[in-house]
Amino acid sequence: MRAATSAAIEDGVLPTLTALLVALVAGDLLILSYGQAPGEVWRLMMSGTWGNAYGIGQVLYKATTLVFTGLSVAIGLRAGLFNIGAESQLAAGGFCAAALGLLLPTGMTPWLAIPMCLLAAMLGGALVGFIPGVLRARFGAHEVIATIMLNFVVLALLNWAISATGLAVPETLHTPPVASSSIPRLAAFFPVFHGSAANGTILLALMAVTVSAWLLFRSRFGYELRATGLQPLAAESAGIRVPRIWMMAMVLGGAVAGLGGSNFVLGYKNYFEDGFNGGAGFLGIAVALVGRNNPFGVLLAALFFATLSQGGLAIHALVPKQMVEVLEGIVILAVAVSVPEVRRLLRARPAPSATTLPVTV
Amino acid sequence: MRERADQGVSRAAGRGAGSAAVAPAVRMSGVCKFFGPVQANSEASLEVQAGEIHAVVGENGAGKSTLLRVLAGLYAPDGGTVEVFGRDVTGWSTSDAIAAGVGMVHQHFMLVPTLTVAENVVLGREPMSGLTYDRATAESRLETLSRESGLACVPSRLVSELSVGEAQRVEILKTLYRGATLLILDEPAAVLSPPEVDELWRVLRTVRDAGATIVLVTHKLDELMEVTDRITVMRHGKTVMRLRTSETTPAAIATAMVGRAVRLDANGMPVGADAAALGLAASTDEDAGAADDHGAELDGASVSEAWTAILDAGAPPDEMIVSSARNRITRSAPAAIISAPTPTYADVPRLRITALTVPGPRSPRAVGALSLSIAPGEILGLAGVEGNGQTELIEAIAGLRATTSGTITVDGTDVTRYSIGKRLALGITHIPEDRQTRGLVLDYSIADNLILGRQTHFSRSGRIDRARTLAFAEDRIKAFDIRPADPNALARSLSGGNQQKIVVAREMPADFRVLLAAQPTRGVDVGAIEFIHDQLRAARCAGKAILLVSAELHEILALSDRVAVMYRGRIVTILPRAAASEDVLGPFMTGAAS
Amino acid sequence: MVTADLSAARRIHSSLSLAAPIRAGDLSRFMRPLITALIVLALVHGGLLFVQPTNAPAAELAGDGPQVGVVFDLGGRGDKSFNDGAYLGAESAAKKLQARVQFIEPGDGSDRGAGLRLLAAERRALVVGVGFIFTDDLIELAKEYPDVNFAGVDFAVGTDKFGDPIPPPPNVAALKFREEEGSFLVGALAALVGGSKKVGFLGGMDMPLIHKDEAGYRAGVMHVCKDCTVIAQYAGVTPEAFRNPSKGKELALSQYQQGVNVIFHASGSTGLGMFEAARAMGRGHYGIGVDADQYGEAPGYVLTSMVKGVDNVVYDTIRRVKDGTFQGGIFSYGLKEKGVGYVYDARNRALIPDSVRARLLDIERDIVAGRIRVPSTRS
Repeated sequence: MRAATSAAIEDGVLPTLTALLVALVAGDLLILSYGQAPGEVWRLMMSGTWGNAYGIGQVLYKATTLVFTGLSVAIGLRAGLFNIGAESQLAAGGFCAAALGLLLPTGMTPWLAIPMCLLAAMLGGALVGFIPGVLRARFGAHEVIATIMLNFVVLALLNWAISATGLAVPETLHTPPVASSSIPRLAAFFPVFHGSAANGTILLALMAVTVSAWLLFRSRFGYELRATGLQPLAAESAGIRVPRIWMMAMVLGGAVAGLGGSNFVLGYKNYFEDGFNGGAGFLGIAVALVGRNNPFGVLLAALFFATLSQGGLAIHALVPKQMVEVLEGIVILAVAVSVPEVRRLLRARPAPSATTLPVTV
Repeated sequence: MRERADQGVSRAAGRGAGSAAVAPAVRMSGVCKFFGPVQANSEASLEVQAGEIHAVVGENGAGKSTLLRVLAGLYAPDGGTVEVFGRDVTGWSTSDAIAAGVGMVHQHFMLVPTLTVAENVVLGREPMSGLTYDRATAESRLETLSRESGLACVPSRLVSELSVGEAQRVEILKTLYRGATLLILDEPAAVLSPPEVDELWRVLRTVRDAGATIVLVTHKLDELMEVTDRITVMRHGKTVMRLRTSETTPAAIATAMVGRAVRLDANGMPVGADAAALGLAASTDEDAGAADDHGAELDGASVSEAWTAILDAGAPPDEMIVSSARNRITRSAPAAIISAPTPTYADVPRLRITALTVPGPRSPRAVGALSLSIAPGEILGLAGVEGNGQTELIEAIAGLRATTSGTITVDGTDVTRYSIGKRLALGITHIPEDRQTRGLVLDYSIADNLILGRQTHFSRSGRIDRARTLAFAEDRIKAFDIRPADPNALARSLSGGNQQKIVVAREMPADFRVLLAAQPTRGVDVGAIEFIHDQLRAARCAGKAILLVSAELHEILALSDRVAVMYRGRIVTILPRAAASEDVLGPFMTGAAS
Repeated sequence: MVTADLSAARRIHSSLSLAAPIRAGDLSRFMRPLITALIVLALVHGGLLFVQPTNAPAAELAGDGPQVGVVFDLGGRGDKSFNDGAYLGAESAAKKLQARVQFIEPGDGSDRGAGLRLLAAERRALVVGVGFIFTDDLIELAKEYPDVNFAGVDFAVGTDKFGDPIPPPPNVAALKFREEEGSFLVGALAALVGGSKKVGFLGGMDMPLIHKDEAGYRAGVMHVCKDCTVIAQYAGVTPEAFRNPSKGKELALSQYQQGVNVIFHASGSTGLGMFEAARAMGRGHYGIGVDADQYGEAPGYVLTSMVKGVDNVVYDTIRRVKDGTFQGGIFSYGLKEKGVGYVYDARNRALIPDSVRARLLDIERDIVAGRIRVPSTRS
């Protein structure tokens, strides 16, 4: 059992840790290339994120959205599908939450309005996930292509809905505020978080992590889903309806990503704004990768990327914001490489005599 | 490229003649290799003379594959030394090994399915004209190599279209193309049909005669006797014996590798032996024939006598399976088997297939209007050269492949339109041909694999019941002697035989009706083969219907009540076991008779 | 069928090798090299932490004048229009007014508020949000930091239920532009120079902001040529319409072929296609640029450009902070305040006859004096 634990540590933690260190060192060099002192920049980054309640709040807010999109991608990957569509699923979820919120009477109790809007967000995301899911299950269309294409379609449709149909407040790209279904901000309970965007959706994100973990690793559905992802032919032979699993994984992933839309729409701004997704769906792919498709790993990875993103703002005075984007890229690359390919590289250590190897005749 | 191979061969030959006495081709000593807590090799050794065919034998999990992988540079040993042609190469890499003319032919093929045969062979060393791949040269070189080595192939075919045997041939060609003078083959015969196996041995002899050295792992002891020069026997990660083939017998080798004779003496004849006795009785000969239907009636004394007789004769206890079922069967076939029990052909067959047509990947009629039926308590053996529709037939019955016409009924129920899951629920189970992709989720634990397909029974309100799953798994692991006996071990970490035991354990629950057993013992060691055969026989006694497809004619003859031969999607003949023999079946299999 | 599909999936999946756990067997022997790598990396990182470069560039444009913070729109610097205009304005304020300016480019939506807050929390004298998208964030923060001055470029002023504008908080300057006045002038210019009784308008996305340009342009044309017709076309209804040069070229060519000689575009990079069309049509066909001086896009074919003086406006606001004359409210910049205008310089002087130039100056005076009322909406 001890061996199993240490194996789990080696397996899950060491490669990721190495990747992070690689990124840190690369960051040091980048900072130096910009003529700044790495120690000072990192210190500023930490103090601007985890150094005060506002910073923490902002990190939590950003992490919340990333948890949802990361889970969405991870669920797909566990089923053997690469869901690139979290971006549009997120946007569609946010839009549906806002749209329903606007339709609900203003005096409605939040106890009813919020769950209804959350449900709408899930349905919106699920619908966007369903389309590539059914295309895959029914017609064998590759989900990567389908989700990428659908991103264009959905984002353009939402933009059109906002800017060309008069749904938006004039001269802006957002809807009027949704009165009845506002999720309270953390600052309402803990005044130290004053001003930060962090809100009650964070609890929803934690629930999503727990439920996803249970679903993937404890439930029968998860058992079938993972089997499908690992060995689709074996799953098929075992009577698991593989196309159905694929469809459900896409719908579920879409619903989770869609739910993420509520963080901005119900929790922060209280309205849908065109482009609020701002790449969080795509970053979800990185979150899932770094989190190794494990819901709890996704949670940690989301916090990490949120810290980087918020920290980028804090060090803005010293280094350009692109540095943070480069760092994100390095982390993703390093993780992708170190798991498990780096191991193979390490294994092929050259033999003592390997270099002097003329074949003796 | 071909020149290089020739050069290599002659170089090796020269060395073989000149310096063999000084340095053997391979000398491995004290090799240790750990995989986590599992020790695959402990103080294993291997010595191979240049220019010989050397076999490494042993039970599954004995550490043969690991030892050869260390030799090929796939693993670095945790201890011990590896010398090749007198040079210390401990811990070298595969590229070092290839550069030194040591090439491994893999058990699981590492070919790119979307490339042609020629492209696969030259991959990494493509002939170029200017900046582009020179297809013509590649193909002509391959043709030359193919002609010289006697390994037939069509260079322009896609690898995805090849049968397993053909794919293996390509693997060997690839290794030769890279100028290997020391070939390592891991169970090369396991995936081949009988004519292909004969062909393989012929090829290996040719290659050896040209001066190359061959090390191989195999389970086929009788064939081993024909082709090898020396044999190394391994058990539990250690090397226990090194023999000159001409100075030993299959029986002695089997005893050494299984260590069973000793165990048998100590244990006497308790529970497990009943099944073993059944196995013996069923296909050896007439005196124990009744065991088929009345296993329980067989008294301990007669069983003991049978064992004793065999042991006295110097044969190992599992000789019938181990060494050469073929010899025994052909010897005893004519009169003796006729008195074997005829299964009771009940009014309703368990499995009835009527005019079934199944499209395959390359033909709309991979199975063409095929009819057959299997009675309760009957094993129907389906013989045939691979690729004649056996796979498609099995998959169609299992529900994995759509049919165009015809019906499949089980105990009178038409299941032609049933989903896979519904068929499973009805009791149609399936040991798939390819356990690694169809049979198992390799990254699932043993326990999770044991409930695959029956996960609904092991879950309560949508949740997998871990406790019940583990208890069930522990029970199955014990019953089937799956090693390691850890329900949480990943299936991937198990040896081929133990992986197959998981599949068999899962697909033979108490309540199944029809078993589709495709290559149930492919790539599996002697002990496991025996065990799996026993299971099949026991299931027959329990009134199950079994459709057995095997590339091993021995296996079919050893187990079946009736033997059907499939050729080009049709059944060309069905014979009672007594009337079937390799000689009789051969012409049907090749289409010469009908 | 299913089978092929499945194996394809498997291949793809395994090629990604994302979910593939490592074999239980291969573990312990990798522990050592990985840990070595970890330690080496940690040491390198630890060492680098203490490196102090000597010539660190200034963190911000420095001076002893007012401290100013500027948060850009998501487009960020380098858009050759809006954000760059704000940057230029702040930069010249740093030079001439010794302002100390810090810039922030947000990464996503929540960074807008966060960036403004960061600057407000430093109690900067002025915090500028560049783009209408900052409207809500500015209102929220202005209430929280009443002692900090805020300014919003293109600040979206809302209207109450009677249609009256809702004034921004007292410490927010809403910087608005009367683009229609500039459009009016270039409309008049187009009609006077074109001489074919037909002038063209090429809009990007069909939306109110662009309608404003069209309305002013149309009115300008009519002001000098009652019987002229304006052919107005839009490239689309999505933001893509601002990034579609080939569509722009297609529309412009069709207009030129209908007898139009001058086209004014308000369509982002779609307009680049219009310039290309003018060049393809040859002498006598012109395009009018927008936002910045676009003469360089097709020298000889760019009659002029309607420019929006974001730089001037930002500079002006910083100056007022320095002078202590800053106050909140709605600031509308038109011809009078030099907030909008058109390019007339050495490069395009030859294209505009002196009589036309004189006429335009008259019109400009009339607009500034209020003698001409320029509409900001269509019809």
